[in-house]
Amino acid sequence: MLGLSDEGGGVALIAVTVNGERREAEVEPRQLLVYFVREQLGLTGTNVGCDTSSCGACTVLLDGAAVKSCTVLAVQADGAEVTTIEGLSRDGELHPVQQAFWDQHGLQCGFCTPGMIITAADLLAGNPDPGDDEIRHALEGNLCRCTGYENIVRAVRQAAQAMR
Amino acid sequence: MATATEPTSPLIGAPVKRVEDPRLITGAARFLDDVRLTGLAHVAVLRSPYAHARIRGIDTSAAAAAPGVLGVYTGKDFEHLSPLPCAWQAGGVENHVATPRALEIDKVTFTGAAVAAVVAETPEAAEEALGLVEVDWEPLDVVVDPLRAVEEGAPQIHEAAPGNVCMEWECGDAEATASALDGADVVVRQRLVNQRLIPTAIEPRGAIGQYEPTAGQYTVWMTSQAPHVMRLLMTAFVFGIPETKMRCISPQVGGGFGSKIFLYPEYVLVAALAEKVGRPVKWVESRRENYVATTHGRDHVTDLEVGARRDGTITALRARTWANLGGTLSTIAPGIPTTLYGRMLSGAYRIPAIHCRVVGVYTNTGMVDAYRGAGRPEATYVVERAVDLVARELDLDPAEVRRRNFVPPEAFPYDPGILNGLSYDSGEYAATLDRALKLVDYESLRREQEAARGEGRYLGIGLSSYVEMCGVAPSAWIGTVGEGWGAGLWESANVRVHLTGKVVVTTGSQSHGQGHETTMAQVVAHELGVPLEDVTVEHSDTQGTPFGYGTYGSRSGAVGTVALYNGVRRVKEKARRLAAHMLEANVDDMVYEDGRIFVKGSPEKAKSIQEIAAAAAVAYDLPEGEEPFLDETAYYDPPNCTFPFGTHIAVVEVDADTGEVKLRRYVAVDDVGRVINPLIVDGQVHGGIAQGVAQALWEGAVYDEDGQLLTASLLEYGVPRADFFPPFEVERTETPTDVNPLGVKGAGETGTIASTPAVVNAVVDALAPLGIAHLDMPLTPERVWRAMQGARTGA
Repeated sequence: MLGLSDEGGGVALIAVTVNGERREAEVEPRQLLVYFVREQLGLTGTNVGCDTSSCGACTVLLDGAAVKSCTVLAVQADGAEVTTIEGLSRDGELHPVQQAFWDQHGLQCGFCTPGMIITAADLLAGNPDPGDDEIRHALEGNLCRCTGYENIVRAVRQAAQAMR
Repeated sequence: MATATEPTSPLIGAPVKRVEDPRLITGAARFLDDVRLTGLAHVAVLRSPYAHARIRGIDTSAAAAAPGVLGVYTGKDFEHLSPLPCAWQAGGVENHVATPRALEIDKVTFTGAAVAAVVAETPEAAEEALGLVEVDWEPLDVVVDPLRAVEEGAPQIHEAAPGNVCMEWECGDAEATASALDGADVVVRQRLVNQRLIPTAIEPRGAIGQYEPTAGQYTVWMTSQAPHVMRLLMTAFVFGIPETKMRCISPQVGGGFGSKIFLYPEYVLVAALAEKVGRPVKWVESRRENYVATTHGRDHVTDLEVGARRDGTITALRARTWANLGGTLSTIAPGIPTTLYGRMLSGAYRIPAIHCRVVGVYTNTGMVDAYRGAGRPEATYVVERAVDLVARELDLDPAEVRRRNFVPPEAFPYDPGILNGLSYDSGEYAATLDRALKLVDYESLRREQEAARGEGRYLGIGLSSYVEMCGVAPSAWIGTVGEGWGAGLWESANVRVHLTGKVVVTTGSQSHGQGHETTMAQVVAHELGVPLEDVTVEHSDTQGTPFGYGTYGSRSGAVGTVALYNGVRRVKEKARRLAAHMLEANVDDMVYEDGRIFVKGSPEKAKSIQEIAAAAAVAYDLPEGEEPFLDETAYYDPPNCTFPFGTHIAVVEVDADTGEVKLRRYVAVDDVGRVINPLIVDGQVHGGIAQGVAQALWEGAVYDEDGQLLTASLLEYGVPRADFFPPFEVERTETPTDVNPLGVKGAGETGTIASTPAVVNAVVDALAPLGIAHLDMPLTPERVWRAMQGARTGA
């Protein structure tokens, strides 16, 4: 599942600011960012849904840009800022994208949702007023099997309006 | 003005935002892979690279010596455990059952079958040690095509199933159908392939086993839609222990679509391994494992014959179907192409003569079982293609052929003659057709199509008017009247009003995205007249919830929620008795309204349900013979299934050069009976449409002739993305059912059932100018382009 052999071995010391908090850790060079976040930091909101970087459930913000954390090595995040779903809400207030997913019933089983919300937040950070086609295009790296995407698109529209 | 049954702000029917969402949108929800246990070890499963092979021997010594490995196990270590049970032995399957074991011992019959397991300190160590397990394989001849599998001389997969036939089943009247076909003005014949699909819940399957030796007690966390059934099957049929010795827990489950109903080898394995190694163990499948070893759906080949009069009246339908069940039988596999398929072949129409014959076939492919809709999409595909084929043959409008054949409103309850004693409950089929035609502006579209054809463009309009069967139960029907289900199908619930007036309900039903915690709370809060936030719904743990058969077949509303509703009614009855005592009045004069109980005509002198709950809990002054506490359990077994219906219309344009199908519009008018939460019902319909459209256009599992799954990852299998769809235009009519007191039918599968034929009908309609009358799915650009080229060149 995790594939790579650790020949060459050793560990690397990294320092990553995760959800605003500086975290230092020893990681194997082959350690993927998603497992660093999930297993070493215990932030299990970021999910793993595939082994081919296809589903986007593991999407986090790396220095403000949405990345699939199953496709980034933890060592590559050394010195960077990472935001996971747990860090999106501030001071007990839901992020407008989170609020919109709730309001618009933009989730059912909720497994893709953290990655979907992070990707939507990334879109809106760069494009405050996306059209439906732009929203659908931006979300094409995130698979949802429950919603047919209809209410996710509506949620992103609502969030865009709330953030403008 | 409020009445006794309608509170001032009715919660039933309100678009209440889901109470489960806060934990899901913040990352706080705990899915299986998020469960943390002290001393947890990790399991990796070695899977067969061959589709059909004998296991001559397995050498585990190198793997066992690898760093971090706690143990390596093969099937021989678990010979004492029985093979997994097949719980739905439809079609006299009992002599031909071949089900998986926790780990196969002698032989594998599909690529991906589990043959060895490594337990290690980390997932990485377990995975790496898998490569050191040496299996001495003897590959055998392979057959993957069900039609080839039943031919003479085909490789034989199971000794007990000669000719690879698992079961043969039929319904309807063979003679009457033959003679009706003989007498028909026209008979249209078509072979229809309903391709194999891979469910692809975004959360992979997984399981955690824990064993407590002093009590001999297992706990198994699993990604299951039916934890109570899993416990029953594992204890009674595999481990041979009382059900009290096992607890099954479904944590937050990330989608299922049927694939998480079943008992899988790995669930048994983690329990057995936890006992062997003396530590809790976890297994989570990779996506590749999910594709090769979790169940698939559909996979029918059907020879259809439909007879009609010149005016479009359908007089007979005959279907002969080969259902590919895979290399071994999954838990309820035989029931899907029989009870849930053959019995629905009348569709929404009065068809006087129907005969269906099904052959369930073993092949060297992955297991096939229920996938969203489960049999009903296959039936609806046959019927809705049949209607369009008749319309094409007779040059009639497909909308008019549907209208001509609909079961009329006055005919309900309607017995289509093939439901083994059940009848369609209620319906206004033409109303959904009329509404959908109006919504899509059918006449303008037909004019636009005519104009487009003049320009060499291929615009298509496809209809699908369906009826389906939800709330699958009556135990007395499915269990004892010959459908072959091995148990009952009732549901149960407990309703408890605590001293403070807060309500806790427990249900045997299970939610993996459907929003039970919200809709069930709505029903309870509405009926009891308490605030929604005062109701907590607990589910998915065999410890602390009453038995239930689980969530599938759109049965949580029509069966599980009705059990809950009946429990609430009992609580209300007791509350009325207690109020009568407290108010020194006659119980027959007590009115329950909006959470207050008072003497008829004197609403100012009332006791609230909270006051009564407190009085019942402290029990200082109860009426003679009354027990303390408001606490009621109810079991509900419906008298009939429910039958939602509707009409969907797809509008497509096919690219004349590339064959690419663009879905331009999608209109759905569904009738799911009374709606508890329209927000949730719409969401179910949206998701269902996406899955059904995906079958029509993009998805399909492909095995090569050696039995290797060529679509074994999300890179090869066409799960649709957001940019594949237009906005869905969804509306409803509401025809209640009298099958249950809530009037609900079921909404989880309608979208999937209706949409596949709507889209295929649209594409075939688009290509009508080329003389194309049928194409098999998925209608990928390549397939459509080849058909267009063939038609143009006369090839």
